[in-house]
Amino acid sequence: MGAAWTIARKDLKQRLRDRSAYIIGIVAPLGLALVFGFVLNPLSGFEFEGRYAVVDLDRGPVSQIFIENVLGAAERIEVIEVGTVAEAEALVDTEVSPLGGTEGTETADAAIIFPAGFSADVQSERPVAIQVIGNQGSETEAGIAVAMVEGYASELTSVRVAVATVENLVGAEVDRLATGVAVLQTPNPVTVLDDTASTKQLDGVTFYAAGMAIFFLFFTVQSGITGLLEEQRAGTMARLLSSPISRTSVLGGKMLSAFLVGLVSMAVLFVATTFAVDADWGPPLGVALLVLAAIVAAIGIVSIIAGFARSGEQATAIGSMIGMVLGFLGGTFFDVSQAGGLLASLRFVSPHGWFMQGLADLRSDDLTVVVVPVLAMLGFGVITGAIGVSRLRKGLRP
Amino acid sequence: MTVASGEPVLECSGIRKSFGDHAAVKGVGFSIAHGETYGLLGPNGAGKTTTISMISGLLEPDAGEIRLAGEPMTPDSTHTKRLVGLVPQDLAIYPDLDATENLEFFGRLQGMKGAELDRRVAEVLEIIELTDRAGDRTEQYSGGMKRRLNIGVGLLHRPTLLILDEPTVGVDPQSRNAILDSVERLGEEGMAVLYTTHYMEEAERLCDRIGIVDQGELIAEGTQADLVRIVGQRDRLTLTATGSLAATAAALGELEVVDDAGVAGDEIVLIVDQAHDHLPRILEMAARTGSMVKSVDVDSADLESVFLKLTGRALRE
Repeated sequence: MGAAWTIARKDLKQRLRDRSAYIIGIVAPLGLALVFGFVLNPLSGFEFEGRYAVVDLDRGPVSQIFIENVLGAAERIEVIEVGTVAEAEALVDTEVSPLGGTEGTETADAAIIFPAGFSADVQSERPVAIQVIGNQGSETEAGIAVAMVEGYASELTSVRVAVATVENLVGAEVDRLATGVAVLQTPNPVTVLDDTASTKQLDGVTFYAAGMAIFFLFFTVQSGITGLLEEQRAGTMARLLSSPISRTSVLGGKMLSAFLVGLVSMAVLFVATTFAVDADWGPPLGVALLVLAAIVAAIGIVSIIAGFARSGEQATAIGSMIGMVLGFLGGTFFDVSQAGGLLASLRFVSPHGWFMQGLADLRSDDLTVVVVPVLAMLGFGVITGAIGVSRLRKGLRP
Repeated sequence: MTVASGEPVLECSGIRKSFGDHAAVKGVGFSIAHGETYGLLGPNGAGKTTTISMISGLLEPDAGEIRLAGEPMTPDSTHTKRLVGLVPQDLAIYPDLDATENLEFFGRLQGMKGAELDRRVAEVLEIIELTDRAGDRTEQYSGGMKRRLNIGVGLLHRPTLLILDEPTVGVDPQSRNAILDSVERLGEEGMAVLYTTHYMEEAERLCDRIGIVDQGELIAEGTQADLVRIVGQRDRLTLTATGSLAATAAALGELEVVDDAGVAGDEIVLIVDQAHDHLPRILEMAARTGSMVKSVDVDSADLESVFLKLTGRALRE
């Protein structure tokens, strides 16, 4: 271990003096993460906040349930109750009000208008309409208002059908309004647990921060392992091999330095993107496990490439090519998990894919979700590393 | 492991090494005593570097035995490797580290540390005359300075056997002299030295005994006097010429007074009995066979003559 640490320390000293190491390990991934995160994904960092003006000309129980139980219960929605349609129109009129209403200014993203007699019309099964006026500058927020109103309208239809069914069953008329209101106020016994891919997606900044970090990790680690071939080219391998140390120490030293450089690079990117651009990688312990497994995978894959390469240049060229392919397959540049089909499945042939999947799974804050990605990446590293180390050990020559 | 004065530091016998179909070393064997400087003299490609690669544990011999201070040497003999200080032919130093960092790194690999390492690094920097530039990255050094540091790394752990593989190749005359002086001092201080070269003058100046290697075989061994005796009292006649040198050498080799003839660059080298007496005849033959002689040099027999005598070729071919 002493000789391996001596070699690793020497390598680290050399890397610290090598500007290209900073570029590959930190500057390039950080820069690309910022460019991709902000330029290619302008919605990154978007958080929904809606201000809705409500005109309740009905003042009946059906409109009140929507205002209090639906709009009132929703997070990040501010309700502005106004008395007239004209006032509501003024709030959403972009020519009158500035775009993108903010707290304290008299603007709204949408206006929802319940006409007079709405509750009575619903009870009497007469056609009724809830009007939604959207602010042109708040397309997304206005769309959400329309969706909420449509959902409520569907629920009213369901209630109406339910009440009619009850009347048929009992063979007599019931108080439709009271029954309907009671049904609407009853909490829905069915809860939908949204566990779809969309809930496990990384936000834009985090996606590209993590994607670029793992993508460049392979290049960062590569220069450590191919350093073995560089020592041969430079003639210093003869000195190392004529020293009273084992070949395992020489290999171990190179791998240790590659591991430490990879770790430092990932740690710097994690901290920099977390504090500089609010990237949310997830629980640090889970992220640390994923990062360590990713470094092992990277070292393994780079070792097998170096083990079969005839020179440092060849190892670098092949390693770069394989790193690019694995990076693209693993979805470090775009989220292939959303592509579906073969492309989505293919990401798991790459450690990059497991790393990104592990981070996405960590959105659930459940640390156990990283077990499979970590084991998969360790598997990549151990299998390829075993072959690579065996080849490299045999091939060590002055 | 210690070696008493006069006892062999290195003993190797029957060592062979092939690369594919090419037999690089064919049964070489020799020994080096404590405090002795032994030269392996031979042209490029003779098998010198392969031989010392096996002696320093870089290559596994296909056959034969190598012992250092009585201990076998193989690529896995980490303990035995402590006895050897290797100075490879190609520079084996890190250009992005300074001289001190290079020495400290290789010293630690030899198991040195702390004050002992610091002291020895300072001593070696003095020996190789790089104390003033110790903090500069070696990429800023001249070729001679790099060569001196290359030697310094080999000396650092006070090896029992210092192996220098053509340490003066590509070095300016001033640095070359400094290197030769250093090696001479090391020999005087009692260090066993194995020195490979294809420069006859270096072998003559430095080595107590010389082994002449050609095409993977040790073809002669002994002190310089022993080796020259092989040639006898003959002279070495060197003709610098242009024209059909090979044809002229072949024709001159047929003369009864010429023992051996070979070509080295633009020179025809002849081993001749009483060269001065036969010079007119030799020059006439050279002209007749298509060579125009520009200069003539007559020397008494030396290692070059020995090599020519033993192989029929000039050392620098």
